[in-house]
Amino acid sequence: MTATAEPEVGKARLRKEDARLITGQTRWTDNLRLTGMLHMAVLRSPVAHARIRNIDCSRATAMPGVAIVLTGQDFAAEQGSLPCAWPITEDMKSPPAPALAVDQVNFAGEAVALVIADNAYRAADALAAIDVDYDELPVVLDLEEALRDNDLVHPSLGTNRCATWVYDSAEAGSGTDVEDEIAAAEVVLERTFRQQRLIPAFMEPRSVVVDPSAGTFTVWSATQIPHILRWMLSAVTGVAEHKIRVIAPDVGGGFGGKLQVTPEELLCLLAARRMGRPVKWTESRTESMLSGHHGRDQLQKITLAARRDGTVTGLKVELLADMGAYLRLVTPGIPILGAFMFNAIYKFAAYRFVCTNVFTNKVPTDAYRGAGRPEATFAIERMMDELAAELGVDPLKIRERNWIGHDEFPFTTVAGLTYDSGNYEAATARALELFDYESLREEQQRRRASGDPVQLGIGISTYTEMCGLAPSRVLGALRYGAGGWETASIRMLPTGKVEVITGTSPHGQGHETVWSQIVADRLGVPFEDVEVLHGDTASSHKGMDSYGSRSLAVGGTALVHAADKVLAKARRLAAHMMECDEADVEFASGSFSVRGTSTVRSLGDVVLAAHVAHDLPEGMEPGMDADATFDPDNFSFPHGTHLCATEVDTETGVVRIRSYVAVDDVGTVVNPLIVDGQVHGGLAQGIAQALYEEAVHDEMGTLTTATFADYLVPSAADLPAFITARTSTPATSNPLGAKGVGEAGTIASTPAVVNGVLDAVRHLGVRDIEMPLSPERVWNALQGRSADGSGDVAAGGLGSIDTQGGQS
Amino acid sequence: MHISVNVDGVAYADEVEPRLLLVHHLRERLGKTGTVVGCDTGNCGACTVHLDGHSVKSCQMFAVQANGHEITTVEGLARDGRLHPVQEAFRDNHALQCGFCTPGMIMQAIDLLADEPDPDDETVRKGLEGNLCRCTGYQNIVRAVQDAAQRMKPGAGPKIEQHDHDHVSAKQPVGGE
Repeated sequence: MTATAEPEVGKARLRKEDARLITGQTRWTDNLRLTGMLHMAVLRSPVAHARIRNIDCSRATAMPGVAIVLTGQDFAAEQGSLPCAWPITEDMKSPPAPALAVDQVNFAGEAVALVIADNAYRAADALAAIDVDYDELPVVLDLEEALRDNDLVHPSLGTNRCATWVYDSAEAGSGTDVEDEIAAAEVVLERTFRQQRLIPAFMEPRSVVVDPSAGTFTVWSATQIPHILRWMLSAVTGVAEHKIRVIAPDVGGGFGGKLQVTPEELLCLLAARRMGRPVKWTESRTESMLSGHHGRDQLQKITLAARRDGTVTGLKVELLADMGAYLRLVTPGIPILGAFMFNAIYKFAAYRFVCTNVFTNKVPTDAYRGAGRPEATFAIERMMDELAAELGVDPLKIRERNWIGHDEFPFTTVAGLTYDSGNYEAATARALELFDYESLREEQQRRRASGDPVQLGIGISTYTEMCGLAPSRVLGALRYGAGGWETASIRMLPTGKVEVITGTSPHGQGHETVWSQIVADRLGVPFEDVEVLHGDTASSHKGMDSYGSRSLAVGGTALVHAADKVLAKARRLAAHMMECDEADVEFASGSFSVRGTSTVRSLGDVVLAAHVAHDLPEGMEPGMDADATFDPDNFSFPHGTHLCATEVDTETGVVRIRSYVAVDDVGTVVNPLIVDGQVHGGLAQGIAQALYEEAVHDEMGTLTTATFADYLVPSAADLPAFITARTSTPATSNPLGAKGVGEAGTIASTPAVVNGVLDAVRHLGVRDIEMPLSPERVWNALQGRSADGSGDVAAGGLGSIDTQGGQS
Repeated sequence: MHISVNVDGVAYADEVEPRLLLVHHLRERLGKTGTVVGCDTGNCGACTVHLDGHSVKSCQMFAVQANGHEITTVEGLARDGRLHPVQEAFRDNHALQCGFCTPGMIMQAIDLLADEPDPDDETVRKGLEGNLCRCTGYQNIVRAVQDAAQRMKPGAGPKIEQHDHDHVSAKQPVGGE
């Protein structure tokens, strides 16, 4: 066996995944074609709120190629209710969530009928021949208006208020009383920010194939969560869990958008069961935007108390969070993931967080990259800039004054979390060095002095996040319905090759590569000799899947533990083979040796001996496989400092990012190539929230941004080149020292950009601009008015239609 | 309608509905699933293929419009088991994550490099404007395209394929030709 001299961990390995992806030898769900397969098309409600009076399927049923047309009435007895796994409070209101609407639709895009036909074109044709009579109801769109309960999304609930969730440092014993701090403060700032609604916009549209043959339902789905999906499909349909196999083949991105048990997955299963034949559904992009869950959408009222010297003392957060029309898998918990992060890296004496979840007649919201933490980081980083402006000091100085010092870790925060490690000074120092902060400040002064039509702004954002989801006991305390552990198995094959089975479910992250590196390092086997199996509940029988920057910190740790179990057993057998005491066995670079002798057995020799089992120590089982499940004690806390130089054309409102520096501390890095890639992609999505993207519903509740022509996912031409670098304080909560990187870039970049734009125009009298910072909004702000002329809150966005109603 | 289309060097003759999109013809009829569909408005570019050597979005064309033409997809780029330099550059520069946009991105990059053999950052970004990627932030895609440009420069290929004077004269004594 080849010894691996150079450590694999830390090496910029090219990805194993790429060979198939760059040649088109891919396994997307939509590539599947099974014998006898039928195609499902979904008729969606064009109205946001209505009673369904009648559905006439007779014309559609008679069309060529159509096998059957099904409505919610047809499935009413068997479809159950789509699951919500996170009832955040005991008294949370949770409406029934049928996959196919039965008698009422509650958002435009909700499924109301299905066509099952012999090909996708004919299925789509028949949709147009289904006649639905709707009795329209008043639509509920605005969060504050919804709370007045004048019109109700779900009359049976009696209110649009879903739940109210509170964290109070005085009650929790983690700090003082925020009202006392506010009363005693020398400076009190109150601001309201709007986290606009976003669409995850993964590139691969969702697709499902269900094969009901052989007494088992095999479900292929473009999902992030094959294991949770299997569990939930069983729970909802009553089909025994062991008769469902879920496969997530190649999955083209997710970003939280595929962290879902979708109506269509359930409907495909029910249709396949009814027809006794395989059924496929693949969505169009517009369907994806109309029916796949959205992200963000909060109104944040923030009160910050401070002393004149810049020391922050109290933080009060009052959120309204838009659930949309239904509670999907983790909808109500998303804002709660932010509850522990508003205090960020700063030392507040008092903290109070109150979140009210609200129903509206819009597409349901749920996880989107960062999930609760970008919202929190945006709010606090905007407030730190507001405080700096109020006191007339450099925003960096304000942050320095208040952040946790590197010598204060582990640090228990006012929100009750214990940050294990970090060095905010080091990350910030590195960022400043790469950014050339001082000379940009000088240029800014020159441009201000000369009245340059293009003004320069410098945006700062620090951040930390809780990721590596999650300690199961904490999830339990938060009333989440599942655990946060992860599992891994190692199969040592008789030829010395290694199969790794992981419960994580990659969809672009490169786990096949990174998991191979970890095993190669631990076992001293060649990188190429490791095969990683994932995303199939038949081979990977348990797991909690991939989201929340958890895969490496939790799943990678399970893998380390499994490898250690392999080695422990192999060491015992090696001692037996070399006729020595186990305590004298040494292991290095894939070989066991007896200390002080030349006797050597390679791991391969030992594995083979375990496999043939001719001569094992008394009581040892044949084989060298091992399983491990890891439940973390704590979250991990990546952090970083991002700096963004923006140029704002005051004559046109156009914002250009001139330079962007991201310094992140994600702990120990296994593969720097992949970590850089994750940061780049995260930055792009965070910048997109700041400048480009917004899901807009018109006054009727119709989503007006349901194509890529209207929903502005940035192209290469819209984004700058990024300068990325790292500092590193290893996590102490796992043996890899890994903290998680998937969400970091998204969390930090949005406030960095917005702070940069405001820094460019604040001296011209602009206090705030609502996201996305489109040229129209920036220009309007410079003219001293918001886009809709209503004063404080800008709206209207991309020149399209304002969520509050009315043309901008 | 009857159409004949050459796809990745293979001639196919089929009877198709006039409304059948080229990308569906490739995927559903010919099994060329390397080319994918990412949207329905021509914005994302995931379905980009070459029609007679120029990039087109195959969801914006009917199959019948490809009658008599040559189509190249991402599946037809490798030659004799060797990747196209753009494919290699995408792998070597980590220019893909989920890989869904990659077929279209690679086909568009090849088209771009045919017009711009040594593009700067801005030229690459503008040249790829019609292809969306949600994973990479484009940084490594831009780098890969510029790297590929270097690999595709005359003389940049593997030694064995070079016909410079030194190479030929060095070989002569050995072969005794």
